[in-house]
Amino acid sequence: MATTESVIEQQQNEQAASQNGDLWEGGKSPFRASYGKIMMWYFLLSDAFTFAGFLIAYGALRFSSPTWPVPDFVFSTAPFGIHHAPLIFVTIMSFLLIVSSVTMVRAVQEGHRENKRGVMIWLFLTILGGSGFLGCQAWEWNNLIGTEHMTVNTNPFGTWTQDGVYLEDEHGHAYEAGEEPETFDAGESYLIHKHEGDWVQREVQFADGSRGQQAFGPKAFGALFFFITGFHGFHVFTGVLILTIILVNVASNIYVERKNGYEMVEKVGLYWHFVDLVWVFVFLVFYLL
Amino acid sequence: MEHLSYEESKKKVFKGLYLLAAVTLVEVFLSLLGKGYVIPGAEKYAAVFFVVGICLIGLSLYKAYFIVYEFMHMRYEVKGLALSVLLPTVLLIWAIIAFFQEGNSWKKRRELIEQKDAEPAVEDADLQGRLLEDPTLYRPLG
Repeated sequence: MATTESVIEQQQNEQAASQNGDLWEGGKSPFRASYGKIMMWYFLLSDAFTFAGFLIAYGALRFSSPTWPVPDFVFSTAPFGIHHAPLIFVTIMSFLLIVSSVTMVRAVQEGHRENKRGVMIWLFLTILGGSGFLGCQAWEWNNLIGTEHMTVNTNPFGTWTQDGVYLEDEHGHAYEAGEEPETFDAGESYLIHKHEGDWVQREVQFADGSRGQQAFGPKAFGALFFFITGFHGFHVFTGVLILTIILVNVASNIYVERKNGYEMVEKVGLYWHFVDLVWVFVFLVFYLL
Repeated sequence: MEHLSYEESKKKVFKGLYLLAAVTLVEVFLSLLGKGYVIPGAEKYAAVFFVVGICLIGLSLYKAYFIVYEFMHMRYEVKGLALSVLLPTVLLIWAIIAFFQEGNSWKKRRELIEQKDAEPAVEDADLQGRLLEDPTLYRPLG
């Protein structure tokens, strides 16, 4: 957001006036932005390509699999014993990142006005938002690994390709007389449970009369999920670390002396918004589509 | 570069918050609609699947545009900076087309292998390493 003529712009105007003659001295940076800001943009561009490579690999492997776990079945658990709440928890995670992005913009604005107290308050709120997101992600991973037994090379989330009926209950025992057997439709996902250390792959009968059992889902799913959300989570983690360092620097008046409108806060802000930007696409391909 | 007063730009930031939150909620609603949670049975239509998918991608791109242009101030930078950062990402369009095509090809190969595995084996062991006399027995791969 544009603010009233900020300290940076004033300085830039003065610089431009005094340096018109010595372009070859390296005193003037291109694009009327500081060297640090331009390099942050190019770093983010290269990082965008890394993430795009990961997400496109995800797309290619998903296209190559005959079935893929349905996201709103896989991601339907939330803390406090909430089940069958598709995408609710991950929506809350998205909100946390969006809110922390907004507080970051406010910190940058207060920086332009050289308002140290404002910068500190809004930076602190941003750190809180980022930490909250990391906490949610830790819970999500813990639930997937500890409770649902998904690992990098085991994916217990499978998907049916035909309609059918279960011949066994959830513990792998044949139905008793009078029990109504569970049915399933093509396209429905299931989770293979682990019972006392052994996988329970329930026997089924398909609509065409043939028999089968619950098969494991595409292996790539676990690896892609943990690597891509892990890589993003690592960005959030380093973001929180850098924000904390900047907050300490702000508190110790380092940027007051530089008199450049807290440009460092603006640069780390670019990084923080980028983390939010990547999440938009991780959210899209892993959870929404 | 446009200049807004401090109060105006503060207001604009919080408007951005409501906008992003609303778009995210619409996305989640659309996603659940496409999976048949809102209207049971809707997930069975291919048209619903495609329309919802395209809307979701469109809304995500809008969110990305908003974050880059408003929150990251790209709108207020010099045009050359914006172009030098944004233009290279156009390369990704080709990456997406090429790799999704590749994914499709892998899928076809896998199906072909499964189909071949299901066929009964040829009894004649001498066939190995020899050309088949009937050329129609050769089938193109993929």
